[in-house]
Amino acid sequence: MAEPVLETSGLTKRFGGIVATGDVSLSVAPGEIHAVIGPNGAGKTTLISELSGELKPDAGSIRFAGADISRFGPVRRAALGIARAFQVTSIFREFTALENVALAVQARAGHSFRFWRPAEREAQLREPARAMLRDVGLGERADLPAGSLSHGEKRALELAMVLATGPRLLLLDEPTAGMGAEESAAMVRLLAGLKSRFSVVLVEHDMDAVFALADRITVMVYGRVIASGAPEAIRADPEVRRAYLGDEEPGC
Amino acid sequence: MDAKRVAAIIALALLALVPPVAMAADAPFYVGLFARIMVFAIAAVSLDLILGYGGLVSFGHAAYLGIGAYAVGILSFHGVTGGFAHFATAFFAAAAAALVIGFVSLRTSGVYFIMITLAFSQMVYFLGVSLNQYGGDDGLNIARHSNFGAALDLKDPVVFYYFVFALLLVFLFLGSRIVRSRFGVLLQGVKSNERRMIALGFPTFRYKLAAFVMAGAVCGVAGALFANLTLFVSPSIMHWTRSGEILMMVILGGLGSLIGPVFGAAAYLILESVLSRLTEHWQAVLGPILILVVLFSKTGLYGLFAIGARRRG
Repeated sequence: MAEPVLETSGLTKRFGGIVATGDVSLSVAPGEIHAVIGPNGAGKTTLISELSGELKPDAGSIRFAGADISRFGPVRRAALGIARAFQVTSIFREFTALENVALAVQARAGHSFRFWRPAEREAQLREPARAMLRDVGLGERADLPAGSLSHGEKRALELAMVLATGPRLLLLDEPTAGMGAEESAAMVRLLAGLKSRFSVVLVEHDMDAVFALADRITVMVYGRVIASGAPEAIRADPEVRRAYLGDEEPGC
Repeated sequence: MDAKRVAAIIALALLALVPPVAMAADAPFYVGLFARIMVFAIAAVSLDLILGYGGLVSFGHAAYLGIGAYAVGILSFHGVTGGFAHFATAFFAAAAAALVIGFVSLRTSGVYFIMITLAFSQMVYFLGVSLNQYGGDDGLNIARHSNFGAALDLKDPVVFYYFVFALLLVFLFLGSRIVRSRFGVLLQGVKSNERRMIALGFPTFRYKLAAFVMAGAVCGVAGALFANLTLFVSPSIMHWTRSGEILMMVILGGLGSLIGPVFGAAAYLILESVLSRLTEHWQAVLGPILILVVLFSKTGLYGLFAIGARRRG
C-alpha cells in the first residue's frame, strides 16, 4: 500500500471524565474514502475536530503527507489541504452561493491584503467558483442568497466551498445529515464522483451511503475503535454487529 | 441606479451646499453644526468599517478621537503648528494605539470584546485626566488652528467646512473600495461566520487587526478635526458615553453601508441641537426616537431608502 496521506496514532481527547476519543489510530491511503461510523456519542465529530485542528488532542499524534502536524492550528492545516465540511452546515448565509465559493477560492489565492479591486470583478475568483457550483449541481442557483437555498442545496454548497480550497484530504461530517432519501442519494452520487480524486474521512450515519462509498471503515464506540477494515469484513464482524449494526443484545 | 445610491448622492450634494445657503440666510451657526456633523460622520464611518462589515462591536472608539485631538493639542502646546505634523501625528498615534488595543482585544469576541475595548478606552480617558501638564481634567486650550498655509486657512469656518467635507469624501471613497475588495469581502465573511473562515484557512486575526488599525487611524483624523473645530481638548472627548454616541450614530444611520453613519451623525447631532434648545432633558426625547428607528428599520435611517431595493444593494 502507498504511504498514507493521513495517519493518527493514539489520539485521545477527554472532556472532564468522558473519553471522547480514546487512543484512536487510523490511516487513510491516497484516494481512499475512509468511513468512520458508530453510535451517537462515539466521538466521531470530536475526531474530525482533532483532525481539522479545531480541537487539540490531549495525547497522540497526527501525520499528514509525511509531516507531523499535531501542533498545527486549523488555519495551517487548511493551508496544507485539509478541508472540513461541518455536521451543521456552515456557510455564509448573507452571501450569494457564488460569493460563498468565491471566498473559498480566495482562501487559496494568496494573502487578502488587497484593498482596491472589487472582488466581484475578479475572474480568477469568480470563474473557478462558478465551475465548482456547476460541479455540485448548483449552477442555476449561483446568484441566490445562500440562506435561501434548501437544506440539501446548502450542504452541496458547503461541499463546493470545501472543494474550492483545492484540498488533498476532505473531512466530511455527516454530509447527508437531515436529508431526505432523494437529496441523500444525490449527495452520494456527488461524493462517488469525487472518489479517488481526494482522500476522504467520512463520518456518516446512513449505512447505505457508507457501504456505497467507503473503501475502508472504522467503527467507534464510546470513543474507542472497535474494528477497522474493508466494508465486507466490517459487515461480518460479530462485535460490530452487536455494538452497532442492529443486532442489539437485549437488556442494554 | 437604486434609491439608496440616489439618497447618498443627494445627501452629499446637500452637504456641499450648506455654507453658501447658511451664509445667504445669515445663519453661520449651521456651518459650524454641519462641520461638527461631518467630523463625527468620519468617526462613525471608521467605526462602521469594523462594526458593520467586520462585526466587531468596539465600545471604545472615542479613545482614537481623543488621541487625535490630543495630538493636535499637545503639539500646539509645544509650539508645533504645522498642519501636516498635526494630522500625521493624529493618524499614526491613533493607529499605534489601535494596534496595541486591537492586538489584545481581538483575542476575545462577543461581550468580552465589547468590555475590553471599553476598558481600554477608559484607560486612555484616565490617562488624559492624569495629564496635568496638559490641563488634566480641565482640558487644554489650543491657540491656533492647524497651519496648512495661507491657501488653506482653517480659521475661516467655510474653508474648514470644505476641508472636513473633502476628507469625508475621501474616506467614504476609500471605504467603498475597501469593503468591496478581497479584504472587505473577507471582513464580511468574518462577520457572517468566522468559524467557517478559519476552516477555509483564513488567518482571520491579522485581517481583523488590520481593519481595527485602519478604523482607529481614520478616527484619529476625526479627532484632529474635532480639535480644530473647538480649539479645545479635554478628556471628556473620550469619555465612554462618547463611544456610545458614535456607536449610536452608526446603528441609527445604518450598519454596514458607510454612508449610513453620515445620516446617523446628522440625525443624532441635529436632534441633539434642536431638542437641547427645547428642554434640558433632551436625552429623554432622543432615547425613544432612537428606539423607534432601530425597531422599525433594522438597517437604520439609510435603510429606509432601500424600500423596494435589493436586500444586499
